[in-house]
Amino acid sequence: MNDLSAKVKRGSGMDCHWVVEEIRRITCDVFTTMLGMEPAMGEAKVERGVPGPTDGVVALVGLAGGCVGIGGLACSGETACRLSSRMLLTEIEAVNEEVLDVVAELTNMVIGGLKTAIEKQVGPMALSIPSVVFGRNFTTRAKGSSEWMRIPFACADGDFEVHICLRPAEGPVNRAADGRSRRLQYVTAQGSHAEAP
Amino acid sequence: MALDVLIVDDSAAIRKILHRVLRQADIPLGEVYEASNGAEALASLERNSVNLVLTDINMPEMDGLELLRRLRDSEAWKSLPVVVITTEGGKAGVLEAAKLGAAGYVKKPFTADQIKEKLAGLF
Repeated sequence: MNDLSAKVKRGSGMDCHWVVEEIRRITCDVFTTMLGMEPAMGEAKVERGVPGPTDGVVALVGLAGGCVGIGGLACSGETACRLSSRMLLTEIEAVNEEVLDVVAELTNMVIGGLKTAIEKQVGPMALSIPSVVFGRNFTTRAKGSSEWMRIPFACADGDFEVHICLRPAEGPVNRAADGRSRRLQYVTAQGSHAEAP
Repeated sequence: MALDVLIVDDSAAIRKILHRVLRQADIPLGEVYEASNGAEALASLERNSVNLVLTDINMPEMDGLELLRRLRDSEAWKSLPVVVITTEGGKAGVLEAAKLGAAGYVKKPFTADQIKEKLAGLF
């Protein structure tokens, strides 16, 4: 993950390595528990701007609180159908409301798990209800310049990606879970700690 | 005595999975009702008597914590066992549900065995 190390800098937010490892752990837990299969993570990448045009299904949830951003899960329609068939123990051959619901719920669990992990660092956070898009050749975007992490996974039912875009909430001082204010701390690529101004 | 259950979750997939788990659990299952949010759940409870509510927290219109609050404030439903099944894994969420009298808390993702174990502890 040298590409990620180069992109971790003071003020950019969460340590990328930590976020990727949490997403890997949580995604494996969700897929193993709900679908009975463990996905394999590929090489994570950080991209400025939004992930490129997409075909298939994308589910997105918003995050707010000590950090703000968007998390999502994207896969092809075929993969979405196979995941849904497995989860609901029924044969589904075309994307329908059930398939969109399954992808939304998997996203809810993965990004919800990440939210719980992040809360231990930055204090209480909120998760929106998922939105799901299905179609061909569309692009998702978050307002403003932002860095997106794209974490690819492969499983028996096909490939999928977890996308995450996070930044600290406005203002350098945030409240920890115990209500006391504290400065955000960032782990730099060299492993030393730095404080936000 | 057969157990009548109300499942409250905005995800139809989760409601279907929970329904399946309930059928496989070692409990005498009666009627299973479904609602997609807290407001629908209250409307369902006006019409149907149940012995147990399984509810998510994050739902549109009325979330699970508000549902729990309304049930505890009601003479008719204040003792109704409510198990919360949710992605909210933080201590604050668990404590809030406990403070509102939830009978149990299961974090998503969940296995069928975790749900069955929770129910076995209640009935």
